[in-house]
Amino acid sequence: MKEYFNVGTRTIVATGLGAAIFTLLFMYVKVPSPVPETSFQTAYGLGAFFATLFGPIAGALIAFIGHALSDAIQYGSPWWSWVIASGVAGFAFGFAYKRTMVEEGEFKSRDIITFNVIQVIGNAIAWIVVAPVLDILIYQEPVNLVFTQGITAAIMNSISAGVIGTLLLIAYAATRTKKGSLSKA
Amino acid sequence: MNAKIKLFSYNTLDTPIHRLSGLTKLVCFLLLTFAVMFSYDIRVILAVMVFSIVVLRVSKIQYSQIRLMILYVLIFVITNAVISFFFSPEQGVKIYGTRHDIANLYGGYKLTWEQIFYQVTKFFKYFSVIPLGIIFLLTTNPSEFASSLNGIGVNYKAAFAVALTLRYFPDIQRDYHDISQAQQARGLELSHKAKFADRFKNSLLIVIPLIFSSLDRVELISNAMDLRGFAKGKTRTWYTSKKLTRADYLALGISALILFATVYVSVFINRSRFYNPFI
Amino acid sequence: MDRQPIIEFQDFSFQYYSQSEPTLHNINLKIHRGEKVLIVGPSGSGKSTLGHCLNGLIPFSYKGEIHGSLKIDGLETRDQDIFNLSKMIGTVLQDADGQFVGLTVGEDVAFALENDNIPNAEMHERVKKVAEMVDMERQLKSSPYELSGGQKQRTSLAGVMIDDVDILLFDEPLANLDPATGKTAIEIIDAVHADSHKTIIIIEHRLEDVLHRSVDRIIMINDGRIIADMNPHELVSSTILVENGIREPLYVTALKYAGVKVTSEMQPGHITTLKTELSRNALATWYYAIQADNRENTNPSILKMENISFSYDGVRQILDDINFDIRKGEMVSIVGKNGAGKSTLAKLLCGFEKEDRGAILYKGENIRSKTIKERAEIIGLVMQNPNQMISKPMIYDEIALGLRLRNISEEQIAERVEKVLKICGLAPFKSWPISALSYGQKKRVTIASILVLDPQILILDEPTAGQDYRHYTEIMEFLVEINKLGVTIIMITHDMHLMLEYTPRAIVLAGGRKIADAAASVVLTDSRVIEEANLKLTSLFNLARMAGIKDGTQFVQGFIDYERRIKNR
Ligand SMILES: Nc1ncnc2c1ncn2[C@@H]1O[C@H](COP(=O)(O)OP(=O)(O)OP(=O)(O)O)[C@@H](O)[C@H]1O
Ligand SMILES: Nc1ncnc2c1ncn2[C@@H]1O[C@H](COP(=O)(O)OP(=O)(O)OP(=O)(O)O)[C@@H](O)[C@H]1O
Ligand SMILES: [Mg+2]
Ligand SMILES: [Mg+2]
Repeated sequence: MKEYFNVGTRTIVATGLGAAIFTLLFMYVKVPSPVPETSFQTAYGLGAFFATLFGPIAGALIAFIGHALSDAIQYGSPWWSWVIASGVAGFAFGFAYKRTMVEEGEFKSRDIITFNVIQVIGNAIAWIVVAPVLDILIYQEPVNLVFTQGITAAIMNSISAGVIGTLLLIAYAATRTKKGSLSKA
Repeated sequence: MNAKIKLFSYNTLDTPIHRLSGLTKLVCFLLLTFAVMFSYDIRVILAVMVFSIVVLRVSKIQYSQIRLMILYVLIFVITNAVISFFFSPEQGVKIYGTRHDIANLYGGYKLTWEQIFYQVTKFFKYFSVIPLGIIFLLTTNPSEFASSLNGIGVNYKAAFAVALTLRYFPDIQRDYHDISQAQQARGLELSHKAKFADRFKNSLLIVIPLIFSSLDRVELISNAMDLRGFAKGKTRTWYTSKKLTRADYLALGISALILFATVYVSVFINRSRFYNPFI
Repeated sequence: MDRQPIIEFQDFSFQYYSQSEPTLHNINLKIHRGEKVLIVGPSGSGKSTLGHCLNGLIPFSYKGEIHGSLKIDGLETRDQDIFNLSKMIGTVLQDADGQFVGLTVGEDVAFALENDNIPNAEMHERVKKVAEMVDMERQLKSSPYELSGGQKQRTSLAGVMIDDVDILLFDEPLANLDPATGKTAIEIIDAVHADSHKTIIIIEHRLEDVLHRSVDRIIMINDGRIIADMNPHELVSSTILVENGIREPLYVTALKYAGVKVTSEMQPGHITTLKTELSRNALATWYYAIQADNRENTNPSILKMENISFSYDGVRQILDDINFDIRKGEMVSIVGKNGAGKSTLAKLLCGFEKEDRGAILYKGENIRSKTIKERAEIIGLVMQNPNQMISKPMIYDEIALGLRLRNISEEQIAERVEKVLKICGLAPFKSWPISALSYGQKKRVTIASILVLDPQILILDEPTAGQDYRHYTEIMEFLVEINKLGVTIIMITHDMHLMLEYTPRAIVLAGGRKIADAAASVVLTDSRVIEEANLKLTSLFNLARMAGIKDGTQFVQGFIDYERRIKNR
């Protein structure tokens, strides 16, 4: 368990770059949804991908920093309740770290299921529990409103993490070279 | 995709606000934000807002620099106001414990003074963080940001991750642009006239190489950092950290005072986070 | 001198995790404290790998199998960690892209000190001092995108020199530097060596440029084995360079053409030490016997720039009123200082950026409204930075990408890809992932991916950066072939000899303006142009002067014509 939270230079760099891409996707590569103030965010697919490769700390920081930064650029200030929820989601995604064979070059049905179960649980905690509770605490938003938004967000982000995250992991597994596999033709 | 957007379009003016250390500005930003997030007293919120608008003036920030943000926030806050009314028209009544009806609307919705007061307060509560955020964003040298985070006790590795994000965000934006052009130059059509679904698909065609190339970059950068001894100690110093001056302590004092006053008003005057003019 | 070597390889071999064969074989090498050593060898021969073994990236970052021993300062590197090693050895990596981690120059230079918990005040003082050394003290507040390639290189030099380490390792410090800046870089390294007696290891393809200052030894690597380890005079007078596909200094080649037997007694390691007394007559005789080739291109215009001006941010003018006219089937060089706007010019031609003023004409027709894709049907651009072009993980797919987008059948694709792989010396790596390639190999992948599209106009931005002589000659000869078939070729380069050898005409940019447009050999006779555009005379001019031949230009032209005749035989 301890190595789960080991933070080496690689983790830090991955966090920095991951958060930069997260910010970019969060601002530009999204599809608006019918429920107000929510949209289909491809960024969570990326977040889940990085979290699976680099662990919970990287996952949490990528989503937290990325979300805070894009809020700051667009709105002038981060919306803390949702930023924190993003961080929680990223942290939870990180539990897929070292639970799949992706680094060994395989990402097949079992791994896909593991990843997606973790990812859906993470999204549920973040968007159906953390975000609404903070919204109520900080802004006294109506309960039914925040839960409606939360459930929508949980569904959309699970789809994003599920589809985009899974595809990225499969593609990544394909680029891993096996031991001793390269020889000059 | 606008590649010319500037992150932290930090301008090097010389105002008292610009001269403050990044650490001071970060702490003040957090203290004041916390004050308006904590309080539901419209008097306090408006006071903080007026204060921050004065500071905004002092730091010579132009309206043109922040027009877009204000617009976004307005859209956000107005949508929020409309939907929260329809989701929960009685929220005000529930909070303040009284009912002063104004009118009956369609579909059984009732408009009450309590609801209006709650929503107006919320409107300003959302809005008042914006000048604070903008001041922080536009007057803080991004280089100082990481050292400030470390200064308030954030682990230096996490603080450095933020520095790296700020360092590489412009690069990533440029990469996005470059990759899209390189793909077009080999025959990919990315015309602006393309259908929405196609545009979305095409942007994925760029984002995927972008992601994979940055994974390679992670190797390269962490190698370069390891070679220069990153993370070998429990602490590190920062080239950009500044010594705090009298002005810094003054600013910190004022902000702490404002937060203190906010909490005081809630605890001893209102005896709740809400200011209730109805009883 | 103390006799305990600071670096000692003993029967050292290394095999990357994913490779089926070792990349380094049985390396035995000793380097003593205070020595200055140059490592040369073909692209992909294992130079960077050797460097990684020294600084600890192998085995701490790149996994693989090590046999034998490598001791630094008496300590086995395997038993150390990367931090201990970083206290002994400072590295400037080959891929300068990732080297710059700070938000500004000052922060980047200070990076190692920050990690060492040096107090702020002392840090500022030391940064200022090294920055002065590399002439960057006025740019301490600049961010990386405000710097040209050369300024970035200087920053990375400063970033390792600031640290108090015993060994400095430079992996291709000159690639992408303009000739004058490259010369300065070598002088800076030499000054550091002279002042501090650090041990210095330089890996570089531009042998002659490094030999601008003295080095103690040159080590030649080929195929992961040490082929030679001798002083510059011995190496240059042997046949080892040529046999291993490394360009020998031009003046040495000229002497050989003139029938002079180059021996180490002539001290041919550096042009400044070369003794020419004995070879004067031979040179003169050879030179007067060559008849000039004459070729003038009189084809119609294919690409024309009229009064082009451009700025990225609307403030700083990058290109200012550029005019030129390129004829069909011409081969033209664009040369000039780091940051002069050469790459920007190429981007304008391909439509990556739009000119603010002026017109670009293709066969007389303004192409302003043509999209990037439409222009790509005519113009192919190989960009300076390979990382900006590569978008597929596998080599084959990367090269096939353009063809697939053009809906060509897979059999045809296979055939065409196969052919360019061979031209670019990549055939053995056909099914490899790009991440397992050396830097020079990566660059060749990008060249291949454009060559395969058969464009009518081909623009290559620094095609020879990081390439060895044999590989670049193969690519250049192929370009000459297709040029004869009518393909127009525009080459952006810092290699003066490449310009002279292959492109009859050169366009010189400086500060965003065109300051010369003439025969390549004429450009180098104008000292004002040389000065303003940071160019450099090739050593052939010096040789001509030393041999008492007045017309250096004619001499260089003679050399090139002679060489061309040999190659075509
Ligand atoms: N990370 C890696 N994994 C597997 N193989 C690698 C890796 N890096 C390099 N190689 C292989 O090792 C060989 C030597 O590479 P190296 O980078 O040391 O070459 P080089 O001499 O520095 O070449 P260049 O002059 O092009 O930089 C190459 O054939 C390359 O394919
Ligand atoms: N995308 C960009 N945005 C803003 N400025 C840029 C951009 N690209 C280049 N520049 C600036 O434009 C100037 C010219 O750059 P360019 O890359 O064309 O130079 P170059 O002649 O190719 O130099 P080098 O020999 O170092 O490759 C430089 O000062 C550079 O800082
Ligand atoms: Mg190399
Ligand atoms: Mg360039």
